[in-house]
Amino acid sequence: MTRDGGEAADPDWSRREIMITAAAAGGSVMSMGTTAAAAAKIAGPAGDRTIDLVLTINWTEHRLTGIEAHTTLLDALRDHLHLTGTKKGCGLGQCGACTVHVDGRRVNSCLTLAVMQQGKAITTIEGLAVQEALHPLQAAFVEHDGFQCGYCTPGQIMSGVACIAEGHAGSDDEIREWMSGNLCRCGAYSNIVASIRQAAAGKA
Amino acid sequence: MTPFAYARARTLAEAVGSGAEHRSDVGHSTGTDFLAGGTDMIQLMREGLRRPARIMDVTGLAGLDYIDIDGPVLRLGALVRMSDAAAHPQVREGYRVISEALLLSASAQVRNLATLGGNLLQRTRCGYFRDPGAPCNKRAPGSGCPAIPGQNRLNAVLGVSDQCIATYAGDFANALLALDARVRIASDQGERVIPLADLHRAPDQTPWIETQLAHGEFISAIEAPTSFATWRSHYLKVRDRRSFEWALASAAVALDIAPDGTVRDARIAVGGVATRPWRLSAVEDRLRGRRVTADVAREAAQVAGDGAMAHGRNAYKIELMRRTVARAIEETGMVGGTAA
Repeated sequence: MTRDGGEAADPDWSRREIMITAAAAGGSVMSMGTTAAAAAKIAGPAGDRTIDLVLTINWTEHRLTGIEAHTTLLDALRDHLHLTGTKKGCGLGQCGACTVHVDGRRVNSCLTLAVMQQGKAITTIEGLAVQEALHPLQAAFVEHDGFQCGYCTPGQIMSGVACIAEGHAGSDDEIREWMSGNLCRCGAYSNIVASIRQAAAGKA
Repeated sequence: MTPFAYARARTLAEAVGSGAEHRSDVGHSTGTDFLAGGTDMIQLMREGLRRPARIMDVTGLAGLDYIDIDGPVLRLGALVRMSDAAAHPQVREGYRVISEALLLSASAQVRNLATLGGNLLQRTRCGYFRDPGAPCNKRAPGSGCPAIPGQNRLNAVLGVSDQCIATYAGDFANALLALDARVRIASDQGERVIPLADLHRAPDQTPWIETQLAHGEFISAIEAPTSFATWRSHYLKVRDRRSFEWALASAAVALDIAPDGTVRDARIAVGGVATRPWRLSAVEDRLRGRRVTADVAREAAQVAGDGAMAHGRNAYKIELMRRTVARAIEETGMVGGTAA
């Protein structure tokens, strides 16, 4: 995993590193299984551990060579392409900080492999503004103070844009239900809902 | 995540020939796992609970993402995304319990990735199963079950054994069970069709075997026969928080109500309380021939807890299940605006 400047400054980083170390230690219990697996006969295509791939992100093709097959879309974006607007929260699909659009649909980029997203149109928070003009939902987040620390904000905005496009922003309750995949630990929910409501009204 | 080799299945024959496995008993590992939507598999791999040597990506298989409602059967290809099935106008209208169960599952982002076949095979959310540092008979056979004497507030009360009390976490399968759905299974031996009711296994003495799928077998489609159950049906899910949460108790209910208001037939399945999707035939029997009122629903639901076994912290689930079933019966009686 590559660390960029933003990551290093993140006070969460050390905690995350500890968690990764702990998971690796706990995982050693299972190492017998891996040995058994490696010894088992593999039928069909053997597959590749490293892969060259082309991802289309924000209308630009990016070529990645020698990527490990288990690289998630999120890690490819952040660590290989340095598109760090997409945030890594839980890495388990539970917080929504990593939300991006694939072929116009919102997905958790931590729950899918980069290699599976070739040939698809990926949009990240970096692709939302048109030159200097913010997307209406970005502008609404600024106006309504739809954040405190801002870590969940790119995911909230990507999810919110999709929520509006899907037609699921008709009421505050509907917004809350369809935004439930995005957590905000600061608790800026009321302003997030207000931002989405305003952007949805502007669209109508 | 432990590194693995990635292969993309080009044909169904290639996929089922891979010997991909469906159980966590590492002694039987072939080293290959199927990967479709990935929403559970990637979590399992990241947590070190699955360490396949090879991943067989099945999402490129052609012709498995159809929704076909012509004729007397709803056919759902295994690679249909949860969100697409839930939003399909004919599914929403004619198979309400399916649409509701799907929309009450996970989040919008997860539903856009997760497939229907994969959803049926999701692993339990038991905290001990999900913690690679803890013993777990389901994950590491013979290591013990800390949930039985431990933190079991979310664990099952039906279908439990002295080896495992892990709850089956899904919602979709419970809805399918109430519809008498079938599962189409492909393998290198050909194809077989089994009732959804036979897909999942209770833990008994082999909790690491969760389904009757053999190595290499692949769920290719789900079929739900059209019946009364498909149009007067309903899914109710009770949770710790209102959205994006697993069930504490849930109920899938379908009723056939005669013009005079009496129940001709009933189908009821529950989730969040059992080790596998669980049918409540005794409650169904008590509803037949009666008009759906709050009292009748409550009385019929009393037998929902028959045979249940609690382990302390999850004792509340027995009464919660009764009340969830009763409320779901009442609400289903109102479907279509023709309350009895």
